[in-house]
Amino acid sequence: MKINVKHVAKLANLPLSENEEKKFEKQLNEVLSYVKKLNEKDVKNIKETSQITELENVTREDNSSFSLTQEEALSSSKKNHNGMFKIPKIF
Amino acid sequence: MSLNTISIKQAREGLSKKKFSSEELVNACLFEIKKGKSLNAFITVCEKEALEKARLSDKKIKEEVDLPLLGIPISLKDIYLTKGIKTTAGSRILEDYIPQYSATVVKNLEDAGAIIVGKTNCDAWAHGSSGENSDYGHTKNPWNEEYVPGGSSSGSAVSVAANMALSSTGTDTGGSIRLPASFCNVVGLKPTYGRVSRYGIVAMASSLDSIGHFTKNVDDSALMLSITAGKDPNDATTPDNKVDAYENYLNKGVKNIKIGIPKEYFLEGLDKRIKEKIKNSIKLLETQGANIEYISLPHTQYAVACYYIIQPAEVSSNLARYDRIRYGNDRSFFGDEAKRRIMLGTYVLSSGYYDAYYKKAMRVRTLVKKDFDNAFKKVDVIITPVSPTLPWKIGEKTSDPLAMYLSDIYTVTANLAGIPGLSVPIGFIDNLPVGMQILGPHFSEGKLFQAGKACEYA
Repeated sequence: MKINVKHVAKLANLPLSENEEKKFEKQLNEVLSYVKKLNEKDVKNIKETSQITELENVTREDNSSFSLTQEEALSSSKKNHNGMFKIPKIF
Repeated sequence: MSLNTISIKQAREGLSKKKFSSEELVNACLFEIKKGKSLNAFITVCEKEALEKARLSDKKIKEEVDLPLLGIPISLKDIYLTKGIKTTAGSRILEDYIPQYSATVVKNLEDAGAIIVGKTNCDAWAHGSSGENSDYGHTKNPWNEEYVPGGSSSGSAVSVAANMALSSTGTDTGGSIRLPASFCNVVGLKPTYGRVSRYGIVAMASSLDSIGHFTKNVDDSALMLSITAGKDPNDATTPDNKVDAYENYLNKGVKNIKIGIPKEYFLEGLDKRIKEKIKNSIKLLETQGANIEYISLPHTQYAVACYYIIQPAEVSSNLARYDRIRYGNDRSFFGDEAKRRIMLGTYVLSSGYYDAYYKKAMRVRTLVKKDFDNAFKKVDVIITPVSPTLPWKIGEKTSDPLAMYLSDIYTVTANLAGIPGLSVPIGFIDNLPVGMQILGPHFSEGKLFQAGKACEYA
């Protein structure tokens, strides 16, 4: 399995130059061939760990608390209009 | 001895006895920051605000206000959100980002009276083991400027080692506190996963990120944790577990403490001189009454591979939010290492590869955790090296990402298992610092301080 850098960069919305594609392809394939080490281990019957301290279903009361004002929320955006974020055309 | 070389404990005493003022202390740190400019430890220095706050603190000290960090100058890794102070995460994506709120930890530290002297340099998005991945230039090791200080919390470690602050905060996802602590001769703590809130800290890999700090000694590390630890409604991974009275562990000594030495951490690849130094430190703990037991953590060999699947996968997800719409610059501003990790993560999570990589890694993670569970049935703490090598020369590994990743070999296991780790200085080889790692079960930070403090006597 080799990584198709062009395809992955497209999925990740990363603009890459041709030189970068070449460089990253070599480097990422090296890393991928290293992580294949995990194939040595049979883990079919092992459970997956995602929450390491084993917390489950952490909930809280549904009360509103601190939130940003509209002005604050927009304060770091480069483009906004009528109190809303302005985004590039999607459709 | 200049003022800024002292510990937090000494500073608190001096301040309360009016031997010196907070303003003098902050000035001493600011002077050191200017003097050490070539180290490139800071991205932002908050001179005016820090001095204002120092004068206010001096007033409070006169009024006998008692706060654990009143008037104490600290620095923050520039990945901690600070309301009104630029926060870059070491990346040009956030070169003009001014947060609208502060991280819970920042709030806790400020409520305790701490004064922020500045925001420290780091590998962009905390991706790196050397400090060389910062978009704001690399940080240099204060013990020899030709060498790396370790990363990713590079500037934080340097700011404490070079007396620019009395303590500094860091983040540790695969060793980013312990490694630079070891390379810079300071104490570095990676707490248990969830012990300290991650809220308001730029996320790297959410199932691994631990929020810790650097100090000059173990006493100060315990003090800092007592302020930062605890439940935060804004971070659901912080449990209700009571925060220990860490100071009670500091002078317990190590008599009858069982220390495990895992053979997998002392194999080929470890610099022989580092091995000798650690052996000597272990012997000294033995003379103080500790019992040494040789143990095995058999899945250690899979840890780096497991980590370099889970971590980039979570990185690619966390960095997906940077699209210039709400804040920051567009995605062309990502540096090389961020691009590598985003692509690696996108690849291992993409359709058809998810089971082979991510799911598999999550299962191996279970095995790594079980290794530690089993070990801690027999021993109280585990001692290992922090890094297989001494600090390396700047530029030595920058074109070989895999070689750089392998320098995390002794530190990533704690993040995978969620356990706490303390890096304590144990001396120098060729005039470069060496650290030793102490690991313990979940929420056993007190025991780490107990053992770590004994190393300071050793």
